[in-house]
Amino acid sequence: MPAMREFLSRRGKFRPKGREDETGAPQIPDDLWTKCPSCGDIIYTKELERSGQVCPKCDHHFRLRARERIELLTDEDSFYEWDIALRGQDPLRFVDGGGSYAKKLEQTREKSGEDEALITGSATIAGHRCALAVADFGFLGASMGSVFGEKLVRAIERAADARVPIITMNASGGARMHEGLLSLMQMAKTVAALARLGDAGVPHVAVLTDPCYGGVTASYATVADIVMAEPGALIGFAGPRVIEQITKQKLPEGFQTAEFLLAHGMIDMIVPRAELRERLADILALYQLAETVSHGSIVGTREVGAGRD
Amino acid sequence: MTDAASAPLNAWDRVKLARHPERPHTLAYLSELSPRFVELHGDRSFGDDLALIGGIADFDGIAVMVLGHQKGGNTKENIARNFGMARPEGYRKAERLMRHAEKFRMPVVSLIDTPGAEPGIGSEERGQGTAIAESLLTMADLAVPTVALVIGEGGSGGALAIGVSDRILMMENAIYAVASPEACAAILWKDAGKAPEAAETMRITAADLLGLGLIDEIVPEPVSADEAPREAIAAAGAAIGRHLRELLQEFPLDDPAAMRRLKDERYQRFRRIGAWREDAAVLAGIANGVLP
Ligand SMILES: [Zn+2]
Repeated sequence: MPAMREFLSRRGKFRPKGREDETGAPQIPDDLWTKCPSCGDIIYTKELERSGQVCPKCDHHFRLRARERIELLTDEDSFYEWDIALRGQDPLRFVDGGGSYAKKLEQTREKSGEDEALITGSATIAGHRCALAVADFGFLGASMGSVFGEKLVRAIERAADARVPIITMNASGGARMHEGLLSLMQMAKTVAALARLGDAGVPHVAVLTDPCYGGVTASYATVADIVMAEPGALIGFAGPRVIEQITKQKLPEGFQTAEFLLAHGMIDMIVPRAELRERLADILALYQLAETVSHGSIVGTREVGAGRD
Repeated sequence: MTDAASAPLNAWDRVKLARHPERPHTLAYLSELSPRFVELHGDRSFGDDLALIGGIADFDGIAVMVLGHQKGGNTKENIARNFGMARPEGYRKAERLMRHAEKFRMPVVSLIDTPGAEPGIGSEERGQGTAIAESLLTMADLAVPTVALVIGEGGSGGALAIGVSDRILMMENAIYAVASPEACAAILWKDAGKAPEAAETMRITAADLLGLGLIDEIVPEPVSADEAPREAIAAAGAAIGRHLRELLQEFPLDDPAAMRRLKDERYQRFRRIGAWREDAAVLAGIANGVLP
């Protein structure tokens, strides 16, 4: 079965996570202490690690690299990475003020330790199988270009074929401008794959994390069957500075935060990082139950009022 | 400037032509090409967006749903039309009209002409990203043939929202880009003044995009549309009509199997887009069980 071969294209161990200031990952003054950018508190780094990089004082959710998210979310040793051979190209021979895109890709791969801005694979969460697509903001701001789109579409197609839900963990600065219109078209490509996933009746759950903007917000991430966000995450179509410049208006308090989106009816829920794994497991279990019941099998005989086990 | 034969236009010249205030906009196309056009308004939830219009037209003997961004011809009109920058209610109206078209088996013709979706406080509050995404989703899966023509500016996601089509055409002096050259220059060159250079590098002209295989045809403008609007519109009408007839012949509207084929072909069309390679050494490593 080709699907099984895909499952076995495993990368192996997680690689060490390179932490960089520009990714918004914790800045570490020394090994022991980390300063929270939100409340300014000095936090014991070990404590921060234990809490999944959430400030114990103010609940600020630090940005995470994709592999850190996978590690936090999935059952140990359950993650099998897909399409690790996919590499970006420089179709436009794009050269900007900072040099060529080809060179930039090469440098970014070295610096970030990743080959592209999206990591996909299969995993289990509390025993429930799912496909995963996790954006890495440390790779060119998780901008969506050809490889990002292709990896995501392959993951969606495999999820549809295997009838396994897909969870996308999203962060993005927008489209990968260096690939021009090819990048824009990834919006259509990924959404088209989701349309077929929907036709197959297979769920897509999206988790929006800080920051999530542009072409990702305006395509696959917001048409999920369930959209959730991390507390305080900034999510929008246009960036706040652009809006401020163009409208010359003062932005309202809390503009484009996850809480703002929830209040405006744009997302289903806000889930603190510490509860994400359990919440996703619940959702996967409920979809599984729906699938079972839809095939005519009702197993529960629980008495009314018995509550959950 | 119109002496195109003697000096080939560069990308920045095309940007200026694509944005030319005298260039015909969607309603001008409709009044030339359709003896009957009934405009339909509103998203049924918040409002009516004058920057993205739609309605049923008799197009060369075919009833079609037309969707189009609408810029103004002068400052006053442009303010009313928000310079062709649609808001969430515009995309939700478009999405509603696509479903309408599907229900009554009308092909959808999109006329694309926008600097981009509106960046604004209200637009964010009402889910600009979600509205565009939902329009993309509906259009990708629509069971009627669809033809898009970029008549002026194809500005990013706000343009694509009505452009997930079976055929994508561009006027010779239209542009289609992932971001405005100004924005791209500001971000990648750290200097918005480098927009002409960015425009060249981004490959946004009709000829560039035909070369990249992203569009199907260029509608020629021997004289640019701002100077010869009626000729440009007539050529556009002929091209759209030809593609519509081809599509209707290949995919009869009353044949469910043909509609499935149509959706399949549309999927494959977008599925193929992108530039990537597979690293041979990694593939070999996977095959041999040696992980990188
Ligand atoms: Zn804090």
